[in-house]
Amino acid sequence: MNVYAIKAIYIFEMARTWRTLLQSIAAPVISTSLYFIVFGAAIGSRMVEIDGISYGAFIVPGLIMLSLLSESISNASFGIYMPKFSGTIYEILSAPISPFETIAGYVGAAATKSIILGLLMLVTARLFVDFTIVHPLWMIGFLVLTSVTFSLFGFILGIWADGFEKLQLVPMLIVTPLTFLGGSFYSIDMLPPFWRTITLFNPVVYLISGFRWSFYGVSDVSVGISLSMTLAFMALCLATVWWIFKTGYRLKA
Amino acid sequence: MQPIISVSKLSKTYAGGFLALKNIDLKIHCGEIFALLGPNGAGKTTLISIICGIVTPSTGIVLADGHDIVRDYRAARSKIGLVPQELSTDLWETVWDTVSFSRGLFGKPPNPAYIEKVLRDLSLWNKKDAEIMTLSGGMKRRVMIAKALSHEPQILFLDEPTAGVDVELRQGMWEMVRSLRASGVTIILTTHYIEEAEEMADRIGVISKGELILVEDKTILMEKLGKKQLTLHLQSPLESIPAELAGYPLELSADGNELVYTFDVQHEHTGIASLLRRLGERGIDFKDLQTNQSSLEEIFVSLVRARP
Repeated sequence: MNVYAIKAIYIFEMARTWRTLLQSIAAPVISTSLYFIVFGAAIGSRMVEIDGISYGAFIVPGLIMLSLLSESISNASFGIYMPKFSGTIYEILSAPISPFETIAGYVGAAATKSIILGLLMLVTARLFVDFTIVHPLWMIGFLVLTSVTFSLFGFILGIWADGFEKLQLVPMLIVTPLTFLGGSFYSIDMLPPFWRTITLFNPVVYLISGFRWSFYGVSDVSVGISLSMTLAFMALCLATVWWIFKTGYRLKA
Repeated sequence: MQPIISVSKLSKTYAGGFLALKNIDLKIHCGEIFALLGPNGAGKTTLISIICGIVTPSTGIVLADGHDIVRDYRAARSKIGLVPQELSTDLWETVWDTVSFSRGLFGKPPNPAYIEKVLRDLSLWNKKDAEIMTLSGGMKRRVMIAKALSHEPQILFLDEPTAGVDVELRQGMWEMVRSLRASGVTIILTTHYIEEAEEMADRIGVISKGELILVEDKTILMEKLGKKQLTLHLQSPLESIPAELAGYPLELSADGNELVYTFDVQHEHTGIASLLRRLGERGIDFKDLQTNQSSLEEIFVSLVRARP
């Protein structure tokens, strides 16, 4: 195992985060705080409780998940896309590093950033609304699992993208709408039966539902299904990454 | 002696169908400076990229210090350092950080003393905390070399190391390459500057249209393929070459003041003595003479042009 290589990539990627602190950490925290102010404090105070939870508290897991998904994807995709764009990828390809070590460095750093961000948002949310965490270990577990899984997805996206536009395309046109429609701001039980069935095809529903369960012990779908769906998506991402390294897709001529 | 790089039956066809390398066989000896020459698009960078792991070979086997570059890639790649043609660096990193990063990538534990030595040797020590974007082109080139040397490789590939570099820096690079060789590093360089190969290389390989058309010791190559010319500056101009000298490969300059004799340095009898005797007998005096040997560039051009 080339531990020094994993460490080198990880430190390099984390250094990029500290260099761009405002963009990497502060911006998502500020924008999520605005959500809490508008939907939690201002509008939330006039909304009815959902499953016995105040609206402000209800949206906390969904909003954290919203940022977690987009930041995990953005961090990991940018992390691997930039060396491709600048040409420094030659160094990674010519170094004695296995695909696992490469992934551990890039995805590990991207997931770390997302977890830090998620925890910061949790603290920020506490400033605006009261909430409890019934299953703190599960909450951490979902936080880590989601960050790693979507960082893997971001890594795949970064390999696939051959321009900055494509890098933004999937998060903007697919991930953000799915997150908004995945129950961030409402319980899917509030939807008419037809749309509830359609919503169940949205994988983000399972992430938000499981995460919300770790906070309040209530969920739209069973926590076991949430966990299985997340693990299944992670397995799919791992299989895709394995294929990328095996074939050299968009990495090697 | 076992070669440090062994390339057997190596071919590369890119996805679009372009055949970049055709059945290459090559052995690089330990401790030598090997220059790979060829026109643009000949396959030099493809060959280097395959050996370094950046491009996947279509067929063939490459061993680096006895390790297969595909099956035993960790051992093979850890022996190799690469300075690519393009100045590809992370512009916001400091010199120290980027060189330390490269060392880590190749699985080496931190060694500040060694990194300091590399930076001092490359006259980069006073720039160690500078961001790469603030450096000149020549300094960036040296940073690339420092990165390639950071993990103490036994084999160093220099792809066009002095492209776009001023004369003074080029001389400095040549000095550095020589000192690396003296420390036991095997160096393979590609270059467009033939005088660079002439100046530094022990052996020359010429690649054209994906084929390795020649590999030869530099001095032998120049002796074998090089031609020498004797130019005689005459006391009085001649109108034409005298008939009794017709057996000699002579050329008369347009003004009739210079007689040029081309001879083969490999031949046992160059014919110079008999020519000078004949000229003396004919009363053709000369006030000066000089000899010229064809350069590696002339040999290279003739080799590449000779290919269909």
